[in-house]
Amino acid sequence: MIDKATYQALGLTDDEYEAIVELLGRHPNELEVAMYSVMWSEHCSYKSSKVHLRRLPTTAPWVLVGPGEGAGVIDIGDDLAIAVRIESHNHPSAIEPYQGAATGVGGIIRDIFSMGARPIALMDPLRFGSLDDARTRYLVEGVVAGISGYGNSVGVPTVGGELVFDDCYRENPLVNVFCLGILPKSRLVFARAEGVGNLAVLLGSATGRDGIGGASVLASAGFDDSSATKRPSVQVGDPFEEKRLIEACLELLDEGLALGVQDLGAAGLSCAAAETAAATGAGMDVDFTQVPQREPNMNPIEIMTSESQERMLAIVTPENLDRVLALCARWEVRANVVGHVTDTGRFRIFSGSFTGNDPADMSRCVADIPCASLGQGPVYERPQARPLDHAEVLLADPAPELLAMFPDGTDLSGELLRLLSTPTIGDSSWVWRQYDHQLFLNTVVGPGGDATVLRLPDTERGLALSVDGKARFCRLDPNTGARLGVLEAARNVACSGAEPRALVNCLNFGNPEHPEVMWQFSQAVDGMSEACSALGIPVIGGNVSFYNESRGADIDPTPVVGVIGVIDSLAAPPPGMAFSPGEHVVTLGTTLGEFGGSEWAYVVHGIDGGSPPVADLDAARYLHGLIRDLVSRRVVSAVHDVSDGGYGVALAEMAIAGGVGASLIPEDDQSHAAWCFSESASRIVVTVPPEKLSEVLTAAADAKVAARDCGTTGGTRLIVNGVFDVAVSDLATTWRSAVPLALGVNE
Amino acid sequence: MARRVAVVVFPGTNCELDVARAISSLGAHTESVFHLEDSLGSAEAVIIPGGFAHGDYLRTGALAQFSPIMESVSAFAAAGGPVLGICNGFQILTETGLLPGALQKNAGLKFLCASVGLSVASNRSVLTRTTTVGDQLQIPINHFEGNYICDRETLAQMKANDQIVLRYTDNPNGSLDDIAGVSNEAGNVVGLMPHPERASAEILGSVDGLVLLESFLAPL
Amino acid sequence: MKFLARVEVGHQAGILDPQGATVQRALPALGYENISEVKIGKSIRLVIEANSESDAREQIEKMCEHLLTNPVIETYEISLVELTGDAAENSAGE
Repeated sequence: MIDKATYQALGLTDDEYEAIVELLGRHPNELEVAMYSVMWSEHCSYKSSKVHLRRLPTTAPWVLVGPGEGAGVIDIGDDLAIAVRIESHNHPSAIEPYQGAATGVGGIIRDIFSMGARPIALMDPLRFGSLDDARTRYLVEGVVAGISGYGNSVGVPTVGGELVFDDCYRENPLVNVFCLGILPKSRLVFARAEGVGNLAVLLGSATGRDGIGGASVLASAGFDDSSATKRPSVQVGDPFEEKRLIEACLELLDEGLALGVQDLGAAGLSCAAAETAAATGAGMDVDFTQVPQREPNMNPIEIMTSESQERMLAIVTPENLDRVLALCARWEVRANVVGHVTDTGRFRIFSGSFTGNDPADMSRCVADIPCASLGQGPVYERPQARPLDHAEVLLADPAPELLAMFPDGTDLSGELLRLLSTPTIGDSSWVWRQYDHQLFLNTVVGPGGDATVLRLPDTERGLALSVDGKARFCRLDPNTGARLGVLEAARNVACSGAEPRALVNCLNFGNPEHPEVMWQFSQAVDGMSEACSALGIPVIGGNVSFYNESRGADIDPTPVVGVIGVIDSLAAPPPGMAFSPGEHVVTLGTTLGEFGGSEWAYVVHGIDGGSPPVADLDAARYLHGLIRDLVSRRVVSAVHDVSDGGYGVALAEMAIAGGVGASLIPEDDQSHAAWCFSESASRIVVTVPPEKLSEVLTAAADAKVAARDCGTTGGTRLIVNGVFDVAVSDLATTWRSAVPLALGVNE
Repeated sequence: MARRVAVVVFPGTNCELDVARAISSLGAHTESVFHLEDSLGSAEAVIIPGGFAHGDYLRTGALAQFSPIMESVSAFAAAGGPVLGICNGFQILTETGLLPGALQKNAGLKFLCASVGLSVASNRSVLTRTTTVGDQLQIPINHFEGNYICDRETLAQMKANDQIVLRYTDNPNGSLDDIAGVSNEAGNVVGLMPHPERASAEILGSVDGLVLLESFLAPL
Repeated sequence: MKFLARVEVGHQAGILDPQGATVQRALPALGYENISEVKIGKSIRLVIEANSESDAREQIEKMCEHLLTNPVIETYEISLVELTGDAAENSAGE
C-alpha cells in the first residue's frame, strides 16, 4: 500500500488518490500510482482548464480532426490536409535552455508525424525577461541555440515566431513551439490499437532514466529556485535519431505496415500504450523486460514512465512484423516488440512473461488497470475572482500624462528612435538567421514579415501563418487582450491575401489555484472564443500551461495563438512591406488615442495601467476582407500590419525594408502623439501606385473601412510634417542594433 | 546534357528532395541513391546534397565517407564524372579526400541561414564552365561549419591550378581567402557551401542557383 | 588485455580555434586576468582489447588517421591505461 507522503510527493491529492482506489477496487501499487500521478497531472489531464475550453468554437466543414488528438487537421483541398499543433516547453527551458527548447521541438514534431503528416514548418513564439539580466541573456542564447541545433538538424525549417521581452517572464521564460505538417488525406491515421493479437512495437531510442516524473510534474507545480535541483531529470534530445524516426514512420504508414503510431510523451511507454488501447476500447499487455534500456538496473517504474526522447509506439499485425523490422533496420531505427493488443480493456504490465497470445501468467503481472482510467482524471471548476484593483487599473489611462509631456508641435523623432531601439520592436534577425528557414523550398516569405508565407508543392496555393500574443493587453483586460491576439494573427494572415482556416492556441498562465488566474483564464477563453466566432475561425487544438510563476508572482496572462490561412492563388510573392519611391501611403482603419499597455507608454515611459485598445470585431472583419481583396488583386505595392509602436513604428519598418523615405501629413483630428504611437487595433498601412489610388480608396469606402492618403514615398528621410523627421539610415541602424546591443553580442 | 543525376542520401541528409526539384525544373531526371548501395547505376552526374549525414556526429561529414556508396562516388570522380557536393556534401567530399581543405565552425560561432553574394572565381570547373569569371550571384547559405581552411601550400597550389571556384563578396563565416567553393585539380569535382537549389525559382527570391546547376548538367 | 584509451583531439598549430578564443575573451570579465591561452578540443574515450599496449596504440593511431580526427585541421594525443580486475569486467572505465 502506498502511504500518503508518497502519493502527495507525486502531486496527487487525497481525493484523487481515493478516486484511484475506487476505480481499481483496491489500493494501487507503486507503479500504478506513478502512472496515475503523471496522467492525472494538470499538464496531461487539463483538469483545471477543461470546463472552460469547451466554450471555444471547434467546428467547420473543413475540420477533419479537432482538439484532443495529437494534432488538429484541416482539409485544404486537392486531397491535401494540414496537421497543426502548438505546445509549451516553458519550465524545462528555464532549467536547461538548450535541451529544454530542443526537446520541445522534438516532441511537437513527433505529434505531427504520428498523424501521418510530414512536418514542414516550425514557429517559435518566445518570451523572456528584460535583457539587462545576465541569466536572461544566457536563456535567450541557449533557447535559440537549442531550437536551431535541433530543428536544423532534424530537417524541419523554422519559418517564423515571436520574440517578446517583458520582465514578468524573468524567471519563467515562455518557450512555445508550433509545428505544421502536410499529408495526403488518405494517409491520415490515429493512434489506435486495433485487432486482438496485433503487436506493439517500440521504435527509436533506448530507454534511460531521463525525465522520470519530470516534465509533467515540473509543469504542474509552482516554479521556484528548488526546481533547479530537478536538473538530473532533464531530457536530452537527439535530432539525428528523430530524423530517422520520421523517415521510418512515414514509410511504415505509406506502405500500410503500421495501423497507427503514437509518440511517447508524458509518462512514456505506459501512457502511450494505455492511450492507444483506450482509443478503441481494447486492452494492452506489455512486457517491460522487452524494452531496450540505456542504463543497467532500471526498475519497472523507471522503464514504464521514463520520458526519454525520440521514441514511438507502432501497432502492427504479426504478419507484417518482419517487414516492419527490416524497414526500421534500413533506417537504423531500433525496433522491439514490447506488447500486444488484447480484448480485456485493461492495461497490464508483465515482468518477463511476454508470450505472444498465450494466456498471460498473472503471477508475473506488475500492474493491472482499466486502460481508459488514465484518461479519466478529475475535472475541477476552480474558484475565480476578478482582481480587486481591476476597475482602478482600467481607469488609469496613460493618455493625459503622455499628451501633457508631448503636446502637438513637439519633435517626436527621438521618441520614434527610442521605440525602435527596444528589443521587442527591434530587428529579430539575430535570432532567425540561426534557424534554417528555407528547407523544402516552400518559404516565399520567411521570418520578419507580417505573416510567413509557404507555397504548397504541386498546387497553386499557399499557406500564411502567424503566431501572436498580446500579454500586456491581457493583463489589463484578459477578454479584450485575447480578442486582440486573435485579431492580430488573423490580420497578419489577411495581409498576405489569405483566408484564415484554423487556429491553435497555447495558453500560458499563472497558478490556477489563484482565483485571479482562473478569472484571467476564463475571461481570455471567452475573448478568444468571441473573436474566433466572429471571424469564422475554428480552434483545432491547443495546449494549456499553468503554474508559470516564480516567487509567488504569476506571469501576465499570455494566450498565444497561431492562425493558419490559405491563399488560393500564389503565383508571385505577396506585396511585402518595403517602400518604393513615388507611391501613395494610405492608412486603413481608425486611430483613437489608445495608449494602455502600449510599447510607448509602458516600455519607453514606464506608465502602467489603462484600458487596452478596443477590439471591434466587425471593424476587423471589414478590414480583413478589404486587405485580402486588395492584396489578391495586387493593387497595393506594399502592406504592413500596424501593431507594437503604432503607425510610427509601422512606417519606419516599411522605410527600413525599402531603404526609401516618405513625406507625410498627420491626421488632423488626432493629437500627433496618438497618430504616431497609439496601438489602436485593426489598422494597416499600404502603398499604392498613383494610378490605383482612387480604386483603393473606393474599395475601402465600399468595405466600410476608413482610408486616408497621407502623402508619398521617396527620398532618404522619413518625414511626418511637424511630428518627426529622421534619416532612414538612422532608423535602420537603431532598429538593427537593438537586439544585438541588448544581448551584448557583436554583429 | 546530363539526363540522369544520382542524388546520394545518407541517414540525416535533408536537402535531397530540394535538389531533385531544382534539377527536374531543368529537365533532368534524378534518382536517389541510398548510402548502403554500392552502385551509381547509369548516372551521368552525382550530387551529394546538404543536411546532417549521420547527425554530423564526431565531425561534419566524417562518418559518411565510410558508406558503401562513397567508393563508387570516388571511382566515378576518378573517371572524370561530374560530382557536386553542396554544403554537407562539400564537407563529405573534403573528409573523403576528393577535395582539398576542411570546413570548421563559422567564425561567429553561430549557425547562419542567409542569402549571400558570390563572385565566380574560376570558370574551369564543371559547376561554372558556362559562366564568366566575375559573375555575381545571390544564393543562400545554411550552415554552422562553413569556414573553409587549408594550409598555405594547398592554397597556393589551388590558386596555381585555378581551383577556387566561388568567393563570398562579403565573407559571412571567416573562410580563408573568402572561399565559398572549390574544385579538384581536374575541375570535375566541386564542393560549395551555398545552396544553389534554394535559388531556383523567382518566387523564392533568386534564380541564380540555376545558373550553376545548368552548368553542372551541360555537356562535357 | 584491456585498455582504457583517451584520445585528446586538438587543433593543428596555426588553425583558428574560435571557441577557445571566445572563452579566452570571456574569462577576464569574470575576474580571471591571468589566462593567456584557452584551447577547446574534444576527448574520445574507448575501451579496447589488444595483445599489448603498443598494439592498442597502433590500432588507435589508425582510427585517428581514418576517422576519429581530420588531419587537415586536428591533432591528437593518445593515453592508455590498462584495465584490470573489476574495471576490466565492467569496462565502463568510470
